[in-house]
Amino acid sequence: MPVKTEAVGKEYPPTTYEVGLEKIREYANAVGQTEAVHHDREAARAAGFRDVVAPPMFAVVYSSPAMGPAILDPDVDINFAAMVHGGQEFVWGEPVCAGDEITTQAKVSEIYEKDGKGFYVFESVSTNQDGDEVVRATWTNIVRGV
Amino acid sequence: MADLNQGDPIPELRVTPDKYLPHRYAGASGDFNPIHIDNDFAQAVGLPRNILHGLYSMAQVARAQTEAAGGDPRALRRLSVQFRGMGVPEEEIVVTGSVTERDGDRVLVATEAFQGDNGIVRNAEAELKIG
Repeated sequence: MPVKTEAVGKEYPPTTYEVGLEKIREYANAVGQTEAVHHDREAARAAGFRDVVAPPMFAVVYSSPAMGPAILDPDVDINFAAMVHGGQEFVWGEPVCAGDEITTQAKVSEIYEKDGKGFYVFESVSTNQDGDEVVRATWTNIVRGV
Repeated sequence: MADLNQGDPIPELRVTPDKYLPHRYAGASGDFNPIHIDNDFAQAVGLPRNILHGLYSMAQVARAQTEAAGGDPRALRRLSVQFRGMGVPEEEIVVTGSVTERDGDRVLVATEAFQGDNGIVRNAEAELKIG
């Protein structure tokens, strides 16, 4: 069954995520980031941040709410039973700190078939309350046996 | 901070996610896919057991880069990875890497994460800005 490519270029409504201090601490603890700038406000300010700063991979937390509707979109038509997360890229801009409001917009950037597998590639762009880009992400999901 | 000239290895990062790590990561990240947190479900869909979140493993690769750069989260500018073998709890993850290019304060690192012989993050490339 060939992949459907009609959804390429489709954009989804932006989502907004308000970054909480305790959420940064919870995430930093889960992934083992013990640096004081991810836990302690004074240490973060002394290092030049507005507030406790998120580890780079916290991008997952604030951009996921925008990704859900894109990946689940019936127009994209992913067979979830055979899907794996094949690849991921983040390109970081301004650091994200507690109190920031991050807006993320997702779109379908590519759908193609290769070696009997379907590749579903999404891009998301996240900006902060000042309009500065904080992360640009590429999410690649692979479906075996399309 | 580690020396980061072309050909230099980055300091190895070793971490063993405990049995309940996927549950804590699920809460922290919001990804409650049962293949990560429900051993019975994972086995029912043909997996050996509940598996690590790929993005948790990627976070360990990211951490190895920022630690190599002296701990400043601003040092990591880009990270691109491929997920391959599935990671599992209660087995040590080893992240290694080496500098492939150095141009002033910009450093490219080829990096990967293994559990034993099983590569869980492959063909990863990090771009660091050090200073």
